[in-house]
Amino acid sequence: MKMDKVLFGDNQFFAVNHLSDEKSREQAIRFKDDSAIIRVLDQAIETGVNTFMCTTHDRIANICDHMRANPDKYRDFKIFPGMPYAHKYANAVTELGIVGTIKQYVPGNIFSTFAKGGIAYLSKDFLKLMEIFIDAEMKMFKGIKTPVIFIQNVIVDMILGLKAYDAFAAYDMYIRKKYDAEPGYITMNMPALLDALNSVGIVNPIICSSINKIGFRMSGGKEIYEKYLREKEFRPVAMQVLAAGALRPKEAIEYLGNFPRIESVLFGASSKAHIKETKELIEQHL
Amino acid sequence: MLKAGIIGLGKMGISHAAIVSPHKDVDLVAVCDTSSLMLEGLKKFTGVKVYDDYRKMIDSETLDFIVVATPTKFHYPMVKYALEKGIHTFCEKPFSLTIREGEELVSLAEKNNLVNQVGYHNHFIGTFRELKRLLKIGILGDLVHFTGEAYGPVVTKPKGGTWRSDPGEGGGCLFDYASHVINLIQEIIGSPVSAEGARLKKIYSKEVEDAVYSVLTLESGLSGILSVNWSDETYRKMSTSITVIGKKGKIICDATELKIYLKEPDASEKLERGWTMKYITDFAIPVDFYLRGEEYSAQIDNFVKHVIDRKPTEINNFRQALETDRVMELIIAESKR
Repeated sequence: MKMDKVLFGDNQFFAVNHLSDEKSREQAIRFKDDSAIIRVLDQAIETGVNTFMCTTHDRIANICDHMRANPDKYRDFKIFPGMPYAHKYANAVTELGIVGTIKQYVPGNIFSTFAKGGIAYLSKDFLKLMEIFIDAEMKMFKGIKTPVIFIQNVIVDMILGLKAYDAFAAYDMYIRKKYDAEPGYITMNMPALLDALNSVGIVNPIICSSINKIGFRMSGGKEIYEKYLREKEFRPVAMQVLAAGALRPKEAIEYLGNFPRIESVLFGASSKAHIKETKELIEQHL
Repeated sequence: MLKAGIIGLGKMGISHAAIVSPHKDVDLVAVCDTSSLMLEGLKKFTGVKVYDDYRKMIDSETLDFIVVATPTKFHYPMVKYALEKGIHTFCEKPFSLTIREGEELVSLAEKNNLVNQVGYHNHFIGTFRELKRLLKIGILGDLVHFTGEAYGPVVTKPKGGTWRSDPGEGGGCLFDYASHVINLIQEIIGSPVSAEGARLKKIYSKEVEDAVYSVLTLESGLSGILSVNWSDETYRKMSTSITVIGKKGKIICDATELKIYLKEPDASEKLERGWTMKYITDFAIPVDFYLRGEEYSAQIDNFVKHVIDRKPTEINNFRQALETDRVMELIIAESKR
């Protein structure tokens, strides 16, 4: 399945702004109510956007409820989940530690889930734990089309850094088997990740990474990113294309046009005019 | 290639492992923790050697440096052991639980000529560096006031139970959150020499403070305010900022942007009168591997480079971190008055 060229993101709804904490706060105020999020999503749909790429933030569950309650309206609408909503866990880990966080977030009692002796048994079965986490995060999307399921960059890059590449292979297999979906990977280290995925037999993966003219958040430098975009076999999704606002949409999207392999562009916006403008630029240049 | 070991596999330890391991000049050879879960996991998936006793790890492996990322109360024995064996040491913040122990570690590291660094990573965020540079050239003229702030959603409801809820173990907001802000104030504006009107407030925690408020006075006589609260769920994640007011203007700086207000233009800095915004996109420090922020990789790059050159670092050395511990002690003493 080919992905849509335009993937509508959710950062603006959850006060994620890489350039300004103040803007984050304004967004938090504007999108306090779920109805404000739904209004913008509906505007995106009116301009022809059909894919929403979002984190597994608690509030996405409400959006999913709304979609399920209005099946006709969202018939063609797809969600690409990106799991987990990392700050939820990061803040918990600061307070509770890693084992404490597992206990808090794994549904039911982790020790009864692993009845044969709790943590000691668990430690031999990390992949089972991963599957439990994935299922917990995916629960909110029940009944909604999720043809691509991403893992967020914090987890991807942690696994990448630790060279625990077998975890990628296990994730890949589980997403295909259990959810009949394509696994996707968000990363801040695209070239290194592609090499790692290839090394465990994952070919032509969907990789979402920063791609912008000024090399912002392109670890290792713009040159190697450009080389991989030109020469390697994978399905790139470009994010942070505006480099957190440092680039104007026109020059930003024109730059992406240099790399025909880029399949999709992830962007977020809060106004219909802005969504329309960016979408048209993407369709023109990609 | 340098050989490295990591002690403590909590949030910071795992994150350091994931940054040290792909570093082009370093081999991560061993890790140490008391959690069998973490050790099993790393052994199974990464092939790194695992230990449950740091002495054993240090004695059995030939390590060039270690990263200590355990709860604060363990820093002293672990860092001391490593330094005595001639191993360069990167230690997580805050540095030590008592000044006496901290002083001992500083002199041991300096005597043995070992590179020593503490994880006050904000100094590797480009915007804070730019603030420091601008203040150094006197862009704001005589300084009048500063505010150092950090807010975030760590403890947002009542519950207890981990090492972070034990005041004797450095588990509260002062050691965890406020230490970052104090360290920034100290290195960017000047060293605090006294604390007045300090308040350590419990909000949801039973044993430790969730917020820290104090007036701080620097060596120069300049005073300002420290305001830190880790029970503020209006923030998505920890947000740290420094505001400095001078006779010629004002700068508000956080990890993403610098807002500069000048009463008169500054030609050499190409700054206009009124507000100028500068963004992290212009100041981010380039790194080869990114996890959670450039600053985490950049601080390890700095440490590794100094280990290779066998030169002491001027950013975040033990001595500077001990200075931060002293200020925290001033705040604690004042809060009890």
